[in-house]
Amino acid sequence: MADPMRIRAQAQGDKAVVRVLMSHEMETGQRKDSAGKTIPAWFIQEVTASLNGSPVLTAQWGTAVSKNPFMQFTIRGAKAGDKVSVSWVDNRGDKRTDEATVA
Amino acid sequence: MRRGLLVRPGAWAMATLLAGAAAQAQKNTADGIAEYRKMLEDGNPADLFEAKGEALWKQKRGPKNASLESCDLGKGPGVVKGAFVELPRYFADTAKVQDLESRLVSCMQALQGFDGAAIAGTPFGRGEQDNVTALATYVAAASRGLRFSLPQGHPEERRLYEVGKRVFYFRGGPYDFSCASCHGEDGKRIRLQDLPNLTKNPGDGVGFAAWPAYRVSNGQMWGMQLRLNDCYRQQRFPYPGFGSEVTVALGVYMGVNAKGAESIAPAIKR
Amino acid sequence: MRRRMMLKRGAEVAAALAAAGLWPAGAHAAWAQQAFDAKGFAEALKALGARTPQESKDVTLTGPDIAENGAVVPVACACALPGVKRLVLLVDKNPNTLAAVFDVSDAIEPQFATRVKMAQTSNVYAVALMDDGQALFAQKEIKVTLGGCGG
Repeated sequence: MADPMRIRAQAQGDKAVVRVLMSHEMETGQRKDSAGKTIPAWFIQEVTASLNGSPVLTAQWGTAVSKNPFMQFTIRGAKAGDKVSVSWVDNRGDKRTDEATVA
Repeated sequence: MRRGLLVRPGAWAMATLLAGAAAQAQKNTADGIAEYRKMLEDGNPADLFEAKGEALWKQKRGPKNASLESCDLGKGPGVVKGAFVELPRYFADTAKVQDLESRLVSCMQALQGFDGAAIAGTPFGRGEQDNVTALATYVAAASRGLRFSLPQGHPEERRLYEVGKRVFYFRGGPYDFSCASCHGEDGKRIRLQDLPNLTKNPGDGVGFAAWPAYRVSNGQMWGMQLRLNDCYRQQRFPYPGFGSEVTVALGVYMGVNAKGAESIAPAIKR
Repeated sequence: MRRRMMLKRGAEVAAALAAAGLWPAGAHAAWAQQAFDAKGFAEALKALGARTPQESKDVTLTGPDIAENGAVVPVACACALPGVKRLVLLVDKNPNTLAAVFDVSDAIEPQFATRVKMAQTSNVYAVALMDDGQALFAQKEIKVTLGGCGG
């Protein structure tokens, strides 16, 4: 099971700014190891987020997103106490979901 | 260590341009780099290692199935906040001066039953050595914003300061480098990296006060032990042993020189 | 001059809407393989089914002028107009140009920030794919340079 994300969700007026740090290698598939073999691509392909259980965001990523990815987005109509959930799925089918409360 | 980076023709052209450019152009580049670094401050992947370290600190592990919560980092068993800015320091139970990482390994051995020598012999980024880095990140983060104040009350602490100074100026290896070759004067740099003068306090959040740090170029978390190991690699010296007296002595020398500097660890670096 | 070039390129590209079945986006679109494999700004946009893209001051792309290391370049994209369907980030000179695609719903602001890898100094694009079929973009050149010893 992958390492947990760090999610910070901060209320700003009637919105919540969400900042997420994910733990993932995001291997491009371009690199070679010391034996000369190509290291296979391994990267997050889909990211979704929801507010109190309702989906708000879907994103598709390629290998160009940096290792240990960072993402920031803003949810409308959110307030302190609301639950923000973020999920990702990678090209191997591994997944991770973490939750945070809007502060 | 392979860099494994793609050749960047644009970057070479840039470097040539910079080399011939007037001081004005170089100042703008420095501002540009400063802006880039500022943009990365929010959302430092070091946070991921800090979280992992905190979990490891509290988790019952090892043959003795115990947590590290009673580990004494110099301010009493279990006291984490403020410990980082007073390390390295002398510990009576091990009868030597220790830095953060070697002290964590001592606690992992004494409290949890891990084999300290085996951890020291494990390459960085693997196994328990990787956990030591995460723990070090957690402990350092707990002192973020505090100022360095290494104790020099014990004779061993003072001895190691002198040893550290000698080591700092010791020239060797095929290029006859010493630490001082790069870090012995003000105003030096390698390409676009400013080199802090470590013979004195180089300022808040600089040099000793900036490690552990997350390095974006390889996506790795580096503690001071790995930082020193890599310095020696670049000087073409043999690698110092993990937690060896040489590395701890250098930590004492740099840390005492940095007295009063604010720690920004865990930081983010190129 | 650039506009003429873009229009010409756009005409060549000429709306191939269902190319990868991506635009307008389905409720749960499969991963956009073709678009992510595309090389160059024009090819990637074509694979996303975008029309002739127009440069627009209503789309913003934020990023540093110079990145100390191409492995992590912070970029942000936003569109001030209503009716944004998707925000797309592209790095022209990367081996695979398309970096990220964000679907915009009514529940979120049309603005995102992330960090991308850049193989070399390159133009970076933020493209807003609109409900009405328009494709609006902003661009910025970000220089990538090698640093020193990592201190």
